[in-house]
Amino acid sequence: MADADVSAELMQTPLHDLHVELGARMVPFAGYAMPVQYPAGILAEHLHTRGKAGLFDVSHMGQAWLVGPDHETTARALEAFVPSNVVELGRGRQRYTVLLNAEGGIVDDLMVTRPVAEDDDGRLFLVVNASRKDVDYALLRAGLPDAVRLEVIEDRALIAVQGPKAVAAVAAHAPDAARLAFMTAAPMEFDGIACHVSRSGYTGEDGVEMSVPAGAAEAIVRALLADERVRPVGLGARDSLRLEAGLCLYGHDLDETTSPVEADIAFVLQKRRRVEGGFPGSGRILGELAGGTGRKRVGLRLDGRAPAREGAEIRLPGGPIVGVVTSGGFAPSLGAPVAMGYVAAGHAVPGTELALVVRGKELPATVVAMPFVPHRYHR
Amino acid sequence: MSTYFSKDHEWIKVDGDMATVGITDYAQSQLGDVVYVELPEVGKALKQGEEAAVVESVKAASEVYAPIDGEVAETNGALVDEPGKVNEDPEGAAWFVRLKVVDAGQFAALMDEAAYKAYVETL
Repeated sequence: MADADVSAELMQTPLHDLHVELGARMVPFAGYAMPVQYPAGILAEHLHTRGKAGLFDVSHMGQAWLVGPDHETTARALEAFVPSNVVELGRGRQRYTVLLNAEGGIVDDLMVTRPVAEDDDGRLFLVVNASRKDVDYALLRAGLPDAVRLEVIEDRALIAVQGPKAVAAVAAHAPDAARLAFMTAAPMEFDGIACHVSRSGYTGEDGVEMSVPAGAAEAIVRALLADERVRPVGLGARDSLRLEAGLCLYGHDLDETTSPVEADIAFVLQKRRRVEGGFPGSGRILGELAGGTGRKRVGLRLDGRAPAREGAEIRLPGGPIVGVVTSGGFAPSLGAPVAMGYVAAGHAVPGTELALVVRGKELPATVVAMPFVPHRYHR
Repeated sequence: MSTYFSKDHEWIKVDGDMATVGITDYAQSQLGDVVYVELPEVGKALKQGEEAAVVESVKAASEVYAPIDGEVAETNGALVDEPGKVNEDPEGAAWFVRLKVVDAGQFAALMDEAAYKAYVETL
């Protein structure tokens, strides 16, 4: 039952020493030593985030700029990789999107932000998954036009503060944070330190993500943790929070074979792109939008208390396999197990009775609409 | 009454021919918050090293192994409703099963408390 040793070869975020000081259990994650939990434990961290505010070190994620001569040029360059409308993204606006391969499979999911300042016209800020940084950067570099370049950011940390008290806690040091709407971003000062703050996150709660200078990250986190509303939260609760919120985890719920339509994130395609096409795999994806897919991501509520984990078979009760669980576990806010997975078309309608196979036994489960716990974004 | 420990982090308290089995405080701390416990059927004959119960934490499922051969005489049904007891009182109220001892000679291969403490320090 012992955790694997955290090897000295793992990369460390600028907050590593603080995690250790706070008593975090450090585990290897995407090449980094990361806190999976602090002494309070995953359940307490999860519920604290839902009730007040949780602070997450997400500095392992990739931050990068796309830099071109003007917004139109840079946005068009990114639109060659993603199915979203980037050209018409307003200043200071942020959007969730996916990098696609030629078959319309998802190479990564990411956030793209157009800076609010006119002086930054032609720049787009990207945040990508830690486990996919190298793949994403290679893909972009190989396909960007000469006028647009990728600048990977190595000297900044990324801190998420999530929960109903998150913005108030951040605004005590960075008052401008309170003025951001959901999925908008702006540069601001946190106790005099220049930061880039977006109102977004990965828990279903209101909150912010702050890109901060690496050297100032610890001071910022210590200032936030001095607020009794804010507690440190590890990757364990980050995973249970995003599962309850019905959000996908790359490498589990999304991969290079899966299209955005199958993943039920077709909202990444805005209308102009659906009409014009012209993104990788657009033939498949537009065909799936018009004619449906063979499989679809669904949410599942289980009867009883036993969680079903990733890899569990989804069957018709007493019958054939119709799918597989891609994320599953205990939902602390619900006090019950939940799962998400892919099922063959025809079994994806909410209310459908299915069975999840755990340790050889069929556990009754029902297809339900996601999120499992309502989103509380600041619209 | 004697208490023994296994390398799989079970404890076993022996009283006559009855042995009570649970997981150690070290084990519960490694598991994290326990959210589900699955217990065996009373009457099931277990071989040493076989799965006696399953504990699921928020993170993952883990097995509790039978540290000796034995027939399941009793299970702690309270854990099904309150799995968090495994974290609160692992070496007391949160026992998993009582086994009817088949071969008292198997205790010789288990550790006493001092040996188990020394073992945990090597992990």
